[in-house]
Amino acid sequence: MKPAPFEYFAPESLEHAVDLLHTHGDGAKVLAGGQSLVPLMNMRLARPAAVVDINRIPGLAYIADGAETIRIGALTRLRAAETSGVVAARCPLLRDALRLVGHVQIRNRGTVGGSVAHADPAAELTAVLALLDGRVVVEGRRGTRVIPAADLFVTYLTTSLEADEVLTEVQFPAVPPGAGWSWLEVARRYGDFALAGAGVVLRVAGGAIAEARIGLTGLGPVPVRARAAERLLAGRAASEALWAEAAAAVRDTVEPDGDIHATAEYRRHVAGVVVQRALREAIGRAGDAPRP
Amino acid sequence: MTHRKITLRINGRPYAGLVEPRKTLADFIREDCGLTGTHLGCEHGVCGACTILMDGQAVRSCLLFAVQAVDAELMTVEALADGDRLHPIQQAYRDHHALQCGFCTPGFLLTTLAFLRDTPRPTDREIREALAGNLCRCTGYHNIVKAVAAAAAALASAPRPDLWPPAAPAPRGGEGGTTPPARGRGS
Repeated sequence: MKPAPFEYFAPESLEHAVDLLHTHGDGAKVLAGGQSLVPLMNMRLARPAAVVDINRIPGLAYIADGAETIRIGALTRLRAAETSGVVAARCPLLRDALRLVGHVQIRNRGTVGGSVAHADPAAELTAVLALLDGRVVVEGRRGTRVIPAADLFVTYLTTSLEADEVLTEVQFPAVPPGAGWSWLEVARRYGDFALAGAGVVLRVAGGAIAEARIGLTGLGPVPVRARAAERLLAGRAASEALWAEAAAAVRDTVEPDGDIHATAEYRRHVAGVVVQRALREAIGRAGDAPRP
Repeated sequence: MTHRKITLRINGRPYAGLVEPRKTLADFIREDCGLTGTHLGCEHGVCGACTILMDGQAVRSCLLFAVQAVDAELMTVEALADGDRLHPIQQAYRDHHALQCGFCTPGFLLTTLAFLRDTPRPTDREIREALAGNLCRCTGYHNIVKAVAAAAAALASAPRPDLWPPAAPAPRGGEGGTTPPARGRGS
């Protein structure tokens, strides 16, 4: 349980970090919070030749309240985002999802950018980003790129970032005022990876659902949008029967893997259950009531 | 392999060492500093036995490299008791039979310390959630939950600033901060 040897770099500028990544190519890994990378290195599932620690680069930890988007610097600790007043007021969905990322010791060290860049298929922030159609900003030798969530996640633990690009900012669109939201997971223990998790945002107008967004985690190689369920909810009035229909649509579309924690069939069943519960919770929060 | 010279502070005392970059902070604390109260269970961030405070925050010392902790202020279980007098949290664990073999206890104690500092009057649910990142294989959790509740009550009834870790120093790179750099980017 000790990592293989590697060369360690702690650049103090983004430009230097990008240069190092360029020089070392696929053999290099960016170290941010290290809460996913270091376990993989300790178990020697990852053996990077070079580790580029970006923690000494100034100006990468911030939470900025934009007009429609909350911009979070890549090095912002998960715990700082979880306890941020801006995040609670403007994107409570994100706050609720953050509370279920690992344990508090992990969130004290883990970063928002690292969690997104690691692209674990059972992660929370990746699914929130997909659900809200958020974006990330990356910096490389060819300059700055903005990548929409839909183009970011390629497959298990793989994003569309180039080997010499560093993720510098994550942009989460705010939950619109009056919209209801929910983030729910089923896990064996509090803080464990979810067997299945779902996030929901419901915008309601004139007694009907104007727009539904549903994001799923733990149910495929990348965070999944439940598009069929979103479409069938739009324009309909909320009811238990409607939630059951949406759950059935989710079960029809997800392709979960089975593993030692749960069979694929069980995950498929739980996916419907969490979506149904999340829809119920979200509709209860829709309207003009102040956010808790 | 290039070794690096590092300096940091543990429990208020300076330590220096020459380390390979791959040496974890936990191993540095145990092997180079001789502070073997910090225990290693799983070495991949699951069991919580290696929990310490770094700049006032509870972290897994097995998921940090020692080279990352340059200039950091660490607190380990050795700092809790005052000579033979147990810290109220330790006393509560003892009183409530919250340990048997004791292997996991240092991690639980540091987790409890940071938790009660931030949440002085916790509910039972909050206690259980706060302890969820630490595993115990012999006593089980009921007595640990009871001990944490008792420690909270004891600490609340007699406020003693000297029983808490020193306040975190000013944020270093990557910590805190709510102001974005001016890069002229639209939101």
